[in-house]
Amino acid sequence: MNTPEYDLVIIGAGPAGMSAATTASSHGLKVAILDEQAAPGGQIYRSISSPAIANESILGADYYHGRTLLSAMRYAKVDYFPSSSVWTVSPELLISFSKAGKSSQIKAKKLLIATGAQERPVPFLGWTLPGVMSCGAAQILLKSSGLIPSGPLVLAGSGPLLLLIAAQLNRAGVEIEAILDTTPKGRYLKSLRHLPAALRNLPLLLKGVGLLIELKRAGVRYINNAAQLKALPDDTGLLTKLQFKTGEATDTFNCKTLLVHQGVVPNVQLTRALQLEHQWDELQQCWKPTLDSWGESSQAGIFVAGDSSGIAGARAAEYMGELTARRIAQQLDKLSQETLLLKTAKTGRLLQQQQAIRPFLDALYQPADEFLKPSDETLVCRCEEVTAGQIRSMVAQGCTGPNQTKAFSRAGMGPCQGRLCGLTVAQIIANERQVTVSEVGYYQIRTPIKPLTIGELADLAE
Amino acid sequence: MTQFSTDSQRRTDVCVLGGGIVGLAVALGLQRNGLSVTILDEGDIALRASRGNFGLVWVQGKGDTLPEYAAISRLSAKLWANHALRLKEATGIDIQLQQRGGLFLCLSEQELSQRHAMLTRMQKTAAGDYPFKTLDLQQLREFIPEAGPEVAGATWGPEDGHLNPLFYLRAMTEQFLQRGGTIDNSGKVSKIEPTDSGFTLSSDSGQWHGDQIVLAAGLGNRDLAPHVGLSAPLVPNRGQVLICERVKPFLNYPTGHVRQTNEGTLQLGDSKEDVGFDSGTTSDIIAKIAHRASQMFPLLRDVRLIRAWGALRVMTPDGYPLYEASQQYPGAYLVTCHSGVTLGALHEGPIADWIANDRTELPLEVFNAKRFTL
Amino acid sequence: MPNALPFKRLPTNKAEWVTVYIEGQPVKVRQGDSAAAAVLAAGLQPSRTTVVSGSGRAPYCLMGVCFECLLQIDGVENVQGCMTPAREGMQIMSQKQARQLNNSKPSDLKPTDLKNSHIKNEDTAV
Repeated sequence: MNTPEYDLVIIGAGPAGMSAATTASSHGLKVAILDEQAAPGGQIYRSISSPAIANESILGADYYHGRTLLSAMRYAKVDYFPSSSVWTVSPELLISFSKAGKSSQIKAKKLLIATGAQERPVPFLGWTLPGVMSCGAAQILLKSSGLIPSGPLVLAGSGPLLLLIAAQLNRAGVEIEAILDTTPKGRYLKSLRHLPAALRNLPLLLKGVGLLIELKRAGVRYINNAAQLKALPDDTGLLTKLQFKTGEATDTFNCKTLLVHQGVVPNVQLTRALQLEHQWDELQQCWKPTLDSWGESSQAGIFVAGDSSGIAGARAAEYMGELTARRIAQQLDKLSQETLLLKTAKTGRLLQQQQAIRPFLDALYQPADEFLKPSDETLVCRCEEVTAGQIRSMVAQGCTGPNQTKAFSRAGMGPCQGRLCGLTVAQIIANERQVTVSEVGYYQIRTPIKPLTIGELADLAE
Repeated sequence: MTQFSTDSQRRTDVCVLGGGIVGLAVALGLQRNGLSVTILDEGDIALRASRGNFGLVWVQGKGDTLPEYAAISRLSAKLWANHALRLKEATGIDIQLQQRGGLFLCLSEQELSQRHAMLTRMQKTAAGDYPFKTLDLQQLREFIPEAGPEVAGATWGPEDGHLNPLFYLRAMTEQFLQRGGTIDNSGKVSKIEPTDSGFTLSSDSGQWHGDQIVLAAGLGNRDLAPHVGLSAPLVPNRGQVLICERVKPFLNYPTGHVRQTNEGTLQLGDSKEDVGFDSGTTSDIIAKIAHRASQMFPLLRDVRLIRAWGALRVMTPDGYPLYEASQQYPGAYLVTCHSGVTLGALHEGPIADWIANDRTELPLEVFNAKRFTL
Repeated sequence: MPNALPFKRLPTNKAEWVTVYIEGQPVKVRQGDSAAAAVLAAGLQPSRTTVVSGSGRAPYCLMGVCFECLLQIDGVENVQGCMTPAREGMQIMSQKQARQLNNSKPSDLKPTDLKNSHIKNEDTAV
């Protein structure tokens, strides 16, 4: 069997992947881009090739910016593989992926991982009830289907996406019972010292303020300092009420849909499975791969760009994709070191401008402790149904890290492969042991990073 | 658990080096003998054969060239029910032991007849006391109707079984702590010094003193044994294991290559590679494992693989265990094998008694490392 | 049976509409909807029950991360609904706890048995 070989294989067709593909092909590289979604765009520009909603003012201009990236990639010479889930990458950069129930392999001289972000798990009592959904999910439904959640609708959480989706739903005429902001009181003060740097990206800062004003003008009820969320079921087991506290007072809202959000974190599944070096980002409260200034990881030839390298947003991802692709072209002798520096100077500055606002946002929207280290009765592993209390009692028994609690409790062994419990479990263990999360570590992520059938795998052996 | 204890508390009757399945079983048996025990173990990330194994309590075919090994494997299998029961009584944890027999499927007539010949030889050596059956495909389907058309047949061992190795590890940990044992998780030992009254161990967390020591550190024994006049010529042998999603129960008996756990997950395995200390997985090997498993049970083709891992077996040159007391430094013992689950009941029972009392009726002389130098 | 309040649809751009069957009930969905979106549009909640305790769940992240949207699609269990585009005639059922492996061996299947599975998918693949 002849395995196709590429100069550059990119995993993920979001902003970083698309811009890297376009740039790399402009330097004459043979490029393949693999994406598990059926259409390009990633989550931020989801369905950008055929947006569902007729009224473009609902999602706003930032979303339709994705069309620029898309048309550039269409004109570039790039082998694009949609609906292709990468399930393993060997250290020699042999990439195995599953498409329509069949596995194939391609080889890469250089690999760019641009697998984006996932929403941070938001464990609280009742977060597994039907009716509770992430804000990102609601946005995906808007972008790709034009679907809006059934009411009464409540949004709860913290972070820019919470405001954005609220504003988008409001523009679409959806009635919002209330927005509960869980940002703890002290955060505003704490984040102030980062404000001067954030002013370098004034337009984005103003956009955030604009969303708040838009929601207030529309008369949406906005409740600050909401805490101790508890979603309650009706007698058929579906979400019916959200209980919460502000200060000492307990209050409830009726709701059929509750959208929750506590920011996004890098999708480290593949970078972890490849055993690249990672570091704990204290401000963002998440892991990210350790990279040089061009995005090259601890394993030479493997690069990471976009939100999977650390959260910085869609525009930053686009710039990073371009910078990394040029660096790869230079490593493959398609351009000189001088040309590289010349060609990347401007984009480098734009990237820095995008990144300047992050410390402010990260400090402001760092999740409240109750979502990082939830109460004992809260489920942390949704797949295997393991509670925070069970993790704590295993620490008391001597478990020092998440791989031991995984072995003892099955937390992290379900089909999501630890994506929705890894951060929480590590935080709980760190807190119980009174050590840093960095010392506690993370799950050893195993192949395959996406499930595939035994038959499909078996066919590779024939 | 890292204990920040004073120096006098860092003294114990026995220090067991290694907190895996082997170390814990021996430690429990030593506690049963009234001894105070400390386990020195590594942290969250280490070469963990105990967390990567397949969970078989397996007798058939073991010890075909060493009758004593066949004998201790069978003895352990007989002791298992009691071992599991006592763990459950103490901790409430059901380790899901089932010993209703096990099957070894063969994909060719040649493999089946070779296996039949081997088991027949073992039966002869055991003077007839070695139960097994050889089944053709039709007979096999009476046990497992889902066996595929490419299967030639199987051998059946009524003494075989399986359990949940992770629950086993957890139950032993709980019972050990209940009985007042100490586990030092930052206890990777770098130096062992024999003293007048026993041994002083230097670990990452400081020093420990034990009147006796047991080396049960798996592959780590290779470096530790020479400190006390022993040798452990161990080599890692990688096995890759595939774990599939939970499905409703269909496989009522464990097989040498596929088993279904009580949770419903399917485990596929039994690859053997000499790859040094690389515990990773490779797509060619996991593809072969998947291929073979789906030949044995075609319905597995639809099942989704959730994760795969490599774990390093602890192998001696002949594959048999090492049980040895140091002649040079009395009080130091070496216990190491690649079948920590099967031999678990033996380790908690007669092996621990041997260490506690310095005598045994087991034929342990055949299991010392001199066999590799003679 | 669909039981919860369905998600409503905003005015959308022109596209093909297909009929899927949710627990046997025909539902018109837009080409590009995932099976998970179809379930929400139809108001089927919970769309699965868990393997461990049997508690009810519904789609949560819709981006392939959480595996809460596992469904039985065209007879195959535990399929990630949010990663599966809706197709004309697709049969979608809720996933009830652990999946049942199909006993019939692939080699025993008659061609007619395959009409609802892979072959048809190939035909309508975009």
